[in-house]
Amino acid sequence: MMASRGDEFAELHRRMRVIRVFEDTCVAAHKAGEIPGYIHSSAGQEAVPVGVCSVLRRDDRITSTHRGHGHGLAKGADLYGMMAELYGRADGLCGGKGGSMHVADFSVGMLGANGIVAGGIPIAVGAAQGLGLLGSDAVVACFFGDGAVNRGPFLEGLNWAAIYRLPVLFVCEDNTFSAFTHSSTTTAGPGPLARAEACGVPGERVDGNDVAAIRAAAERMVAEMRAGAGPRFLWCKTYRFSGHVSIDPALYRPQADVDAAMLRDPLLVSRQHLLSLGLGEAAIDSIDAQATRAVVMAQTRARSAAPPPFEAAFRDVQDADMPFLSQRMGA
Amino acid sequence: MNTLTMGEVAARTLADEMRRDERIWVLGEDVQLGGIFAQYKGLFQEFGPKRVVNTPIAESTIMGAGLGAALVGTRPVIEMRIADFVMPAIDELVNQIAKVRYMFGGQGRASVVVRVPHGLHPGSAAQHSQVIESWFVNVPGLVVVAPSNALDLAGLLRSAVRSDDPVVFFEPKSFFKQTVDMPDDWPAIPFGLARSVTEGDDLTIVSWAQAVPAAETAAGLLRQQGVGVNLIDLRSLWPWDEAAVLASVNRTKRLLVVQEGPGASGFGAEIAAAVAEMAIGLKAVSRVASPRIPVPFAPELEAACFITPGKIVAAAEQLLQR
Repeated sequence: MMASRGDEFAELHRRMRVIRVFEDTCVAAHKAGEIPGYIHSSAGQEAVPVGVCSVLRRDDRITSTHRGHGHGLAKGADLYGMMAELYGRADGLCGGKGGSMHVADFSVGMLGANGIVAGGIPIAVGAAQGLGLLGSDAVVACFFGDGAVNRGPFLEGLNWAAIYRLPVLFVCEDNTFSAFTHSSTTTAGPGPLARAEACGVPGERVDGNDVAAIRAAAERMVAEMRAGAGPRFLWCKTYRFSGHVSIDPALYRPQADVDAAMLRDPLLVSRQHLLSLGLGEAAIDSIDAQATRAVVMAQTRARSAAPPPFEAAFRDVQDADMPFLSQRMGA
Repeated sequence: MNTLTMGEVAARTLADEMRRDERIWVLGEDVQLGGIFAQYKGLFQEFGPKRVVNTPIAESTIMGAGLGAALVGTRPVIEMRIADFVMPAIDELVNQIAKVRYMFGGQGRASVVVRVPHGLHPGSAAQHSQVIESWFVNVPGLVVVAPSNALDLAGLLRSAVRSDDPVVFFEPKSFFKQTVDMPDDWPAIPFGLARSVTEGDDLTIVSWAQAVPAAETAAGLLRQQGVGVNLIDLRSLWPWDEAAVLASVNRTKRLLVVQEGPGASGFGAEIAAAVAEMAIGLKAVSRVASPRIPVPFAPELEAACFITPGKIVAAAEQLLQR
C-alpha cells in the first residue's frame, strides 16, 4: 500500500531531524573534547541530501563532500556506525580510520565523504560510466558545494557526463559560503546552473530549504536519467547555520542574514508542510523526539565503544607491500 | 618467436587480459587511435568504444573517473600519455586513489592501472621529459612499477591489471619502437622481484627503467677492465627487491645506483639508505643520476641529464678506489 503523503513527508522530516541532531551533538562533543579533529556541520542544509536521496534506490550511488554526514545518513548509512566513526572507534563505518571527513558506507552506495573540494565530481562520473559498462541502470547523485563550482574538476566532470550521456545528478548544495568567504565574491557570472547549461547539462534551481520541492525535482530528473536522458543539474540554494568548521564562530556573517536564514530553517519549512498535510503539532514533536533519542542512543554507545587496535594502522594499505622494511620503520 | 615492437607487445598483452576479464577497460586521450606509442594498437577494433574510451584532455577526470569506475567494480586502465601530464591529476591519484581503501576502512578498492610513459626523451625539454617515479614511492597505497624492456613490461602489465592494488605503471617511452624477439607466450612477473642482468662479485649496480641499457653497456666495459658487475634491474620500486640488493651488496661490498631524473630525494637515495642500514661490511656507495635542473632543450645542455655508459664507468672507477 502506498504511504500517504503525510507519512511520506513525516519520514523525510524525521531524517532531517536526525541529521540536525547528529550535527549539533557532534559539534558539542567535539567542543567537549570527546571527538578528535574537527566537524564540518551541515546543519541548515538537511533538506538537500534528504530530498535527493529519498528518490534513490539502494544500488544508486552518491559522492559527497567534506560536509558529508548528512549525505551518508540520508542515503541510509548506519547512525551508530557514523557516530562511532566520528568518535574514532573500531565500530565506525571506516573502522575509525577516516573520521568525519571520510565517512563512507559502500553497503548503501555512499562512496565516501571527501576532504578535497570538488573531489567527488570525477569519481561520480566514473562511477556512472562503470555502472553503464556493467549493464546497470543505477544512477549517481554527486553532491558538492558552491565553492566547488570554481574548481577545474567541476567543468571537466560536467563536460564528461554530457559527452557520454551519463546518469549523474549534479547537486550543487549552495550554502552561500566557500569556507569563510561569501561565494558571491569569488564566483563570476550568473551562477552554477548557467555553467552547467553551457556544458549541455540541463537543470533547475530549487529552494534548498524545501525538502518537498527538492524531492519533486530530483524524482523527475532521476526518472529522466534512468531512461537514458543523460546528466541533470540541481542547484539548491540554502544557508550554512554554523561556521565552516566547529571551531569557526563565523563572525563574518551579517547578523541580518543569519536571522533571515533561520526563518527559512528547512525543519521549520518541513513542519509547516506537515501541518498543512494535516499532521498535528504533537505528532511532529513526537517525530522530533524519536529522532533525538536515536542520536543520543548512538552517542551513548559510541562513547563507550573500543578504539581500533594499534595493528589496524597497518591494515588495508596495499596488498603488494614491503612488510620487512615498512613495518620496521613504522612500528 | 615473434619480432615485435615494445608498443605491440604492450597492446597484445592488454588485449589478452581484456579477453580474459570483461571488467577491464581503457580510458585516455587518443586510445582509440592506438595511443601515441601504439601501445593500444588494435584494441578499439577488437573491443569497441565502450571498453576503449577516447576522453577529453581532462587529466583530473581521466584519473578520477577511473577511480569511480573501479569503486563500482570495473577494472580501468588509465592512460596518462606522458608522465608530465600526471600533475593535473595528482589530487585524484594521491589524495583519492591511493587512500580510498585505507581511509574507508577497507570498503573500497581502487583496482586501477595508471599507465605513465616516462623518461628522458631527446628534444622534449622541461615539460615532456620528466622522470618522476620516485615521488610516488613516498605515497602509501600505491604500487610503483618501472620496467626497462618489453618482456618485463609485458609480464608486469599482466600483474598490474590483475592486481587489486592501484598500480602506477611507468613505461620507458623512448623504447616503444624498439623491436624484440618475443616468445609465443609471456607470463606475469610478480611485483617486487628484480632481474639480475649481469653477474659479478666486484660491484653491485642497481638501476631501473631507461637507465638500464646504459648500465648494461657500462657493465660490459667494466668487465673488459676485469671488474665483475652484478647489475640488478629493480623493475618495481614499491615493493622493491630489497633481499636481492642486500644479498648482492653483502657479496660485493660496493653499491652504485644508476637512475634517470634528479638524484636528490630520488629512489636511489632510498636504496642507499636501506643498504647503509642493513648491509654487512659495506665499503662504499655512490649514485649516478641527473642533476637537479629542469630538463633543458638544446642538445648540448640536455646532455647534462642523460645517463651514459661513460658517466657510469667513471663513477664505478671512483667507487672501486674507495
